[in-house]
Formats: sequence, structure tokens, C-alpha cells
Amino acid sequence: MTGILLLEQALNGLQFGLMLFLLAAGLTLVFGIMDMINLAHGSLYMVGAYLIATIAAASGSFWIGLAGGVAATAVIGVLLELTVLRRLYERDHLSQVLGTFAILLMANEAVRMVWGSQPVPMAMPAALSGPVALLPGFSYPAYRLFIIGVGLAVALLLYLLVTHTRVGMQVRAGASNREMAQAMGTNVRLLFTSLFAVGTALCAVAGGMLGPLLAVQVGMGESILILAFVVIVIGGIGSIRGALLGALLVGLVDTAGRTLVPVLFGQLLGPAAAATAGPAVASILIYVLMAGVLFWKPRGLFPSHG
Amino acid sequence: MSASLQNQQTSSLLDHRLDLRIAIPLLVVLAALPSVLNALGETFYIGVASRILIFALAATSLNLILGFGGMVSFGHAAFVGMGAYTVGILMQGGVVSAWVTWPAAFVVGGLFAFVIGLVSLRTQGVYFIMITLAFAQMLFYLMVSLKTWGGDDGLSLMSRSRVGLGLDLANDAQFYYVVLGVSVLAFFFIARLLNARFGHVLQGIRENETRMEALGFAVFRYKLIAFTLAGAIAGLAGALLANQGNFVSPALMQWSQSGMLMVMVILGGVGYLYGGLVGAAVFLLLEDVLVGYTIHWQFGLGAVLLAVVLLAPNGLMSLFKRKASP
Repeated sequence: MTGILLLEQALNGLQFGLMLFLLAAGLTLVFGIMDMINLAHGSLYMVGAYLIATIAAASGSFWIGLAGGVAATAVIGVLLELTVLRRLYERDHLSQVLGTFAILLMANEAVRMVWGSQPVPMAMPAALSGPVALLPGFSYPAYRLFIIGVGLAVALLLYLLVTHTRVGMQVRAGASNREMAQAMGTNVRLLFTSLFAVGTALCAVAGGMLGPLLAVQVGMGESILILAFVVIVIGGIGSIRGALLGALLVGLVDTAGRTLVPVLFGQLLGPAAAATAGPAVASILIYVLMAGVLFWKPRGLFPSHG
Repeated sequence: MSASLQNQQTSSLLDHRLDLRIAIPLLVVLAALPSVLNALGETFYIGVASRILIFALAATSLNLILGFGGMVSFGHAAFVGMGAYTVGILMQGGVVSAWVTWPAAFVVGGLFAFVIGLVSLRTQGVYFIMITLAFAQMLFYLMVSLKTWGGDDGLSLMSRSRVGLGLDLANDAQFYYVVLGVSVLAFFFIARLLNARFGHVLQGIRENETRMEALGFAVFRYKLIAFTLAGAIAGLAGALLANQGNFVSPALMQWSQSGMLMVMVILGGVGYLYGGLVGAAVFLLLEDVLVGYTIHWQFGLGAVLLAVVLLAPNGLMSLFKRKASP
């Protein structure tokens, strides 16, 4: 019984962690290469989820929605980069915080103007809506397994791209020393705009995949943005490997905390304490994790430069 | 050293004088405000003005560490919240005297800042931003979970604190004057501090920490003192805020509140003495005006903030400075 519970939680944690990784990957590369704090990253995730939900509803197909929404979001991301974000690269972090915070406010409100304040429902593909028997006596939702599969595939693809291609080499060079990469002939501007497109697309994938599980609503980007920042800080800024490890760590700790802490509290302190303090303590866990990591390793687990 | 600094005729870059040409007219306007609003029949705005002053105080305390110490704290709202809770919790226990609860809020804000600073100041840059956020989130969830003090729903205060001296804080105008008094004192104290040796060392640390260390300054200690002090003043602002709305809730401590304080400082001008004040006033007034025009006021607010970033890179105060000395 407990073994199955643990397995289920581990899979949930893996699934959440991989989705976090999709967000954190783009965020950490933007940060690592252009030294840019982008608070609007979560807004692209939100816009992606809305576009995918809308196109999926209009076309009647989850898959058309996913493909169309991801492409449309990537275009929006590139336009944003070319018009506004590009002007903020040379500025200090505080200007970037204010500028991208402004974009975040505008994005939330623009979404509210177009789609209204009510959450937009999103259905998962019918083929994946049932459970799958993994072990005798243990079945797991097919859709969540699918998310895990997509997450792993994207992570593998990104890994191959970054470690085994010429573009990946330039990305790594840019992350560890932008000026030097530029001097060696890398067109950092172009590299970066394409990278931004990829990062935006990854956000949109995460938004579209999580859409049927969570509500597609205004402000959905903010809470997950904070988690994505926690992930890249734990992993070490600019490091894809760190982002993956950090994302899995945060995903597992968060999921485990949400189910195990109330149980633990229930046994130690009684049901009343479990119901009230349990969820809050579980929410605190990832911040304790981050503070602990930064206390022992002030530059994250896999610092990529300096 | 400090004597020679004081005798210098020309003020150094590290000096941030109150500039009496600004301070005195400003004070006169602020003092006359309730009477003017009364005469215009717009008494509602006395409350708005108190709120602006309180946020100006909180933003200025953040500017002390962010603008002058280079410490980008993303958890400042936590200290405001802990100060507010101090007043709320003490009042629940029957303590209503502002002479007890407000200093207590100051001390509590400072204590939390001291402990958090002790750990956080080991890190630098973005890691510092994130670790201060982490601690603020921990305090946020702590207060959410403590059902004794309202948990998620918050805590209602039965009345405003009592100050005696023939003043009744339930009266909005009198409350405004008390807030003004406290804010002016705190503001004056911060200005004094920045122009003293302590402030000069702090700004030196902001410019080049390694060099200040090499010069023999106990850099960590200076930063920790500044961080603690900023937390304490934020706690005091929290005490005023609890009284303003007669309500305390974890929402005060959410990360978005810390972000808003930071936005106020950046908007007004990082490292300008009046930056926090200008930022808080412009931000809150803008909010107020836009809400009157459209339900999509956040879009307008975002657009204005974006325009400020692109057109006035160092905040609104930098525009005045450029005009003052061409």
C-alpha cells in the first residue's frame, strides 16, 4: 500500500518537475546568456496555455491546438524580444525587473480583455483520458504518463542540442562568457532571438500540457514563475543540467511534501494539526530546500560561470 | 575623518542632503493637505494620503538597502507584514497602546531582518534576491498556517491603536497627522544616517565591496546593520498599515507585495533620497486615477511603467536632477 503511494507520488513529482524544467530551461538560458531577469516568462506560459486551449476548442483537436498554440506563442515571444526586451539587455537588473513586471501586468490584462476573467476549460485528448495499469493493482492516468514522456523527450532533445551541436556549443560559450563568444564570431543577437523563440515554445508546451490538469486562468504564470526561478537558482544559473536537476528536485519535494507532510503530521500531532498546518508546511518545503542549498552552495548546485 | 567630511564646502557624491528648498514646501503641503481636502469636500482622499505616506515609508526603508547598499531584497513585504501582525496580535491580547505596539513592531521587523540577513548576506546578486524571497515566502506560509491568528482569512483589529495626548486615531485626519509625524521622523533619520559616516561606508560597499573590505571596513557588519534597520522601519510601516485598514492578513506579505515595493523604488529612483516617496506616490495615485477610467487599469499601469523604464532609465527622480543641474 505505502509502496504504491510512494510510486504514485514519485511519478506525480516527476511529471511536475519535468514541466517545471520546460519553463526553467528557457529562463535560465535567457539569464545565463543575456544576464537578463525576465519576469514576463510566466506570462508567455499563460498566453501559450490560452492560445492552445482556444485553438484546441475551435478545431476540436488537442493536437492541432498544441501545435498551433506553440507556434503562435513562439511568434509572440520573438516579437516581444525584438520590440521591447532587446532594449533591456544592456540595462541593470532593476530596470529589467521593472520593465518585465510592466509587461507581466499588461499581459495579464490583455488576456483578461480577450478571454475574460473566467478560467477557460481545456479537455485532455480522449485517447489519453483513461488510466493505464502499470503494476498489478496500480494504475496511473495515461495523460500524466504522456506528460512525463514528452518532458523526458524534450529534456533529451535539449541535452543533445546543447552538448552535441554547433549551436549548442555557441549557447554554452555565450552562457559562460558572452563577450568572448561574441569576439570569437558568434552572432549573439541572432543566437539569442532564436533561443528566445525556443524558450517561449517550451513555455507554451508546458502551459498547454498542464492546461487540462490545472485551470487556464489569468495569473497562472506568476506562481509557476517563482517556482521556475527557485529551480534555476537551486540548479545554478545558466546551466541546463542544473535546471533539470533543480526542476526534478523541486517537483519531487513539492509533491512529496503535499501528500506526505499532512500524513506525517496526522500521525504525530493529530488530524486537526494535519489539516491546518500540513499544507502550509508543505508549501514551505521548497523554500527551505532553496535556502539550504544557497546556504551551503551560494551559487547553486551546478554553477556554470565564474 | 567625519569631522573633515562635515567641513567640506562642496558635498560629495555620497551626500544626499534633504535639500530644504524641496523639504520645507513639501512639508507645508503635506501638513495643509487634510484642511484643503476638507474644504474641497474630498475627505476620502485623506485616507489615500495616509496610505501613500505609509508606503512611502516602507519604500524608503527598502531604498536604504537597495539603493544605497546595493542589496536587492525581494522579501521586504515580509517585514511590513510581521510589523502589522505584531500590532494585530498584541491588540488581540488586549494591548492597544501605540506606545507599546508600534515600537514592538519596529523591534519585531528588525529581529526578523537580523536573522534573515545573517543567512542571506552570505550570498550575492540574484542569489541574494532569491534567498530573501525564500525567507519571505516561508513567513508568508507560516502566517497562513497559524489559525489562531486568522490564518488565510487574516485578523481584524477592533480599533485603531491608542496614542493618548488627546489624539483620536479613529479620526482620519488625526491619524493622517500621526502617520505624517512618524514618517517625517523616520525619513529624517534615514537622511541623517546616509549623510553620516555609516551611510558613506554603505555606499562605498555598494560601489566596491572588495575594496571596502581591503580598506578594513567590516563589510558584513555594515550590511547587516543596514538590513536590520531597514527591516525595523518596514515593521513600523506595517504597524501603521495595520491601523490604517484595521486589518492584517498574509496577503500583506505575498511576494507580489515585495515586488510592488521594489517597483515603487525603481520607479521613483534607486539611490535617490526622495525616490521611495516619489515612487510610492506616483504608483498609488496612478492606480487610483486609472481605476476611475477603466476596469483594465492594470494595462495602463503597465504601459506607464514600461514607458518610465525606457525613457527614464534611473527613475523619475533622475529627470528632476537633470533639470536642476544642466
